[in-house]
Amino acid sequence: MTSADNLQAFKRDGRIVVVGASLAGLRAAETLRDEGFAGSLTMIGDELGEPYDRPPLSKQVLTGWVPAGGTKLPRRREIDAEWLLGVPAGGLDLATNHVRLADGREVPFDRVLISTGVRARPWFVESEAALDGVFVVRTREHAEGLQRALAAGPSRVLVIGAGFTGSEIASICRERDIPVTVAELAPAPLVGALGAMIGEVAADMQRAHGVDLRCGVKVTRLEGDAQGRLRRAHFDDGTTIDADVAVVALGGIRNTEWLRGSGLAAGVWGIACDTGCRALDLNGLITDDIFVAGDVARCPNPIYEYRLISLEHWANAVEQAEVAAHNMVSGQADRWPHLTIPVFWSIQFGVNIKSVGVPTFADEVVVTQGSVPDRRFVAAYGYRGRVTAAVSFNSAKWLDHYRQLIETAAPFPPPCPTPDQPADSKPAPVDFPGPALLAQGATVVVTGHDPSERRVTAAYQHR
Amino acid sequence: MTTTEKPDTLRRILDHSSRADPYPLYAELRRTPVALQEDGSYVVSTYRELTDLLHNPHLSSDTRNLSHPTAGAEEQATPAFINLDPPAHDRLRRMAMRHFGPPHTPGLVTGLEPVLTTTVSGLIDGFAGKEQIDVVDDFAYPFPVNVICHLLGVPREDEPRFHVWVNDLINSIDYDPRTDPKEKLEKGMQARKDLREYLGGLLAERHGRPGDDLLSRLANDDGPDGRMTDEEIISTANLLLIAGHETTVNLITNGMLTLLRHPQVLQRLRDEPDLVVPLVEELLRYEPPVHIIPWRAAYSDITVADTVIPKGSRIMLMLASGNRDPDRFHDPDRFDPDRRDNQHLGFGSGIHLCFGGPMARRETHIALTELVRRLDRPRLVTDPPPYRRSPVLRGPVHLLIEQGAG
Ligand SMILES: Cc1cc2nc3c(=O)[nH]c(=O)nc-3n(C[C@H](O)[C@H](O)[C@H](O)COP(=O)(O)OP(=O)(O)OC[C@H]3O[C@@H](n4cnc5c(N)ncnc54)[C@H](O)[C@@H]3O)c2cc1C
Repeated sequence: MTSADNLQAFKRDGRIVVVGASLAGLRAAETLRDEGFAGSLTMIGDELGEPYDRPPLSKQVLTGWVPAGGTKLPRRREIDAEWLLGVPAGGLDLATNHVRLADGREVPFDRVLISTGVRARPWFVESEAALDGVFVVRTREHAEGLQRALAAGPSRVLVIGAGFTGSEIASICRERDIPVTVAELAPAPLVGALGAMIGEVAADMQRAHGVDLRCGVKVTRLEGDAQGRLRRAHFDDGTTIDADVAVVALGGIRNTEWLRGSGLAAGVWGIACDTGCRALDLNGLITDDIFVAGDVARCPNPIYEYRLISLEHWANAVEQAEVAAHNMVSGQADRWPHLTIPVFWSIQFGVNIKSVGVPTFADEVVVTQGSVPDRRFVAAYGYRGRVTAAVSFNSAKWLDHYRQLIETAAPFPPPCPTPDQPADSKPAPVDFPGPALLAQGATVVVTGHDPSERRVTAAYQHR
Repeated sequence: MTTTEKPDTLRRILDHSSRADPYPLYAELRRTPVALQEDGSYVVSTYRELTDLLHNPHLSSDTRNLSHPTAGAEEQATPAFINLDPPAHDRLRRMAMRHFGPPHTPGLVTGLEPVLTTTVSGLIDGFAGKEQIDVVDDFAYPFPVNVICHLLGVPREDEPRFHVWVNDLINSIDYDPRTDPKEKLEKGMQARKDLREYLGGLLAERHGRPGDDLLSRLANDDGPDGRMTDEEIISTANLLLIAGHETTVNLITNGMLTLLRHPQVLQRLRDEPDLVVPLVEELLRYEPPVHIIPWRAAYSDITVADTVIPKGSRIMLMLASGNRDPDRFHDPDRFDPDRRDNQHLGFGSGIHLCFGGPMARRETHIALTELVRRLDRPRLVTDPPPYRRSPVLRGPVHLLIEQGAG
């Protein structure tokens, strides 16, 4: 049988299993059917109910505008799948091609897509995390609980972490006229994603809207009352505040633990794959039948020196899912690389923030259009003299142009003036908190001497 | 790679004899995506280059950035936002948008629905007993004009007066120094003056009398950007009045013409009225009411498709040509209301994306659905119909149809 015959047979009778039934999983399933996959399709997900959308959870759901149950992802077509919901996958056996469920069942596959995403990083002291009034926001249930707590009219909300999710929640609190304190270890909000210059803009924005913003501080302890309800938070500068709701918005943890022992290059940084979304094994070799998409994937991007990048962006999840699905049912010669320039958006304090490219991949930033005081501007990011990203505040319609600058490796700073350009805009250092994050925990060790013997093994000593 | 397009393609497009079917000429033009003209201006005709330019912050809408202002270019003290760049554009458009759509006036278009339906049925009732109907004069013209007057707060009975002004004004935009008498240009200037004076008069009555129409709202409402000056209100109203006159008329007329040329689609629309939504999108691609953005200025040197367009150059954007670019749309010359990937340039793109788009869409949905539902076996009397002069705002000047047993 030729490989074309094999592929036809696989598309007709093959078995595909998708682990992680959310945005990436659902879109991949739809694409598989669009591409003519007629075999069996199994969707494994640990959440109950139909796949839903997360971005509204920290926005419209918290204002009470959209009920948490009203964020179901639209279905673009029938996918005719078997759904195994409410049970997590517990393991992946590449020798026998099985997914093992936590309840012991085994699901065989010919090809598998892993899209298990990330979960919210919980508060680091378990007993404090369990206090009534302490929340994270990742799932529909989380958002529902927090919305109820906000509707009850808390005297003060403490948001721990001023990344995108934390800042959005602070914004909602102000919209609902709830006093809110934001605690952030970095010198300003959004610094980790967008750097110090934009961070300052974000800080001004929060303060102008009445947020009690405290930067450069760490929350050390959440204190409850006798009934187990949150009452007070302690900071490392010795101060305290009284709050009856705390939202822990400290980012996510990639759901890769279930892949321990599978032999895949999976760890805290995600699951490494090639641009075709094929997973790498621990040795860095490409697997044939294991695909990855969404928040859990860590994919090289040629535009960014082929570095492996993981993104927690909606559009990235969709695009990777479509590429992965296409490649799962295509021959080697027809495979697509996932090369799109990342985009991300957020809405907070009445401002639409949108980015293209990877702002953390930059050494300088410059305001190219508009006015920072008016919170209506575009800033371009550059790395060693070429444009690598841009972020817009209430000016998203220009970003296609910057996407093109990134794609064509245009020089930084962009040399040509535009009609609406601040006269004094000079590139400034981008100032990210530093490479400490990248160095977190070596998770493999290499053994062997001869080229034929060199192998990598996993070391799970971190954290 | 700068190439000189043989000059006659563009000239043939602008020539009235090509108006009925400019599409083969667009195909010719697309062979040189960015074509330098003899007069130093640049014609852009391919989808990719058009969208790049429409999102390019170095492209200016302000005539003051042209190194050689065009003949008949408007010398206005207060240009409407369509002819301005940020930040002035953004501010004026934002202030106008407050009263025209979400988030501040989300119900405007849906709130108009009863007015739209009543106007449409009234006009179609008027067809009774007529052997021939002129889709333009009897329907497509009075309908949107009625709506825009209602919306702005312009008395309907004044319509015949400003109809003449708008006509003269549009004619003067088409002014060609080689063939047209100067009088045409002067008529246009006068019309512009008269129209502004007329609107100024209406506006003066509105100050201090807040009402529901757009003029009153603009005259009395303070938003975060403050209040528009009278001059700014007049420019804005002027723009909306003219845009509300010309474009929707053409969209509806082109729509009816296209349906009559595709009887199966017409029948489908009769059977499944919901088809009208994707159908109008396809119409905006296939027969858009605005064919050309006649000029933009290069604010700095702009590189498109390896061509450097020097600062100060005039740029002509052939939107309708981009809509038929085979590199972007599969089988582009086919009218296919089931087309899925349909990011057309019918309303332009970028920050100048048509302000009235949502309203024009809704008007056309209702107009076409009702025409198709109520006309009895409509047939074209002449195909192609006679066209308006303008290559920019392209559409039939009359569209005669017969209906019934005949
Ligand atoms: C509150 C919030 C706001 C956001 N706002 C924006 C925004 O404004 N803009 C933007 O671009 N992005 C935003 N995002 C990010 C966006 O939602 C994610 O990028 C997207 O959800 C990623 O989809 P995914 O399918 O890869 O992962 P997920 O949505 O995380 O889905 C993974 C699924 O796999 C399940 N799972 C995990 N482990 C297992 C297992 N072992 N077995 C079975 N199932 C498992 C999970 O429970 C989950 O259902 C936001 C995210 C959140 C949480």
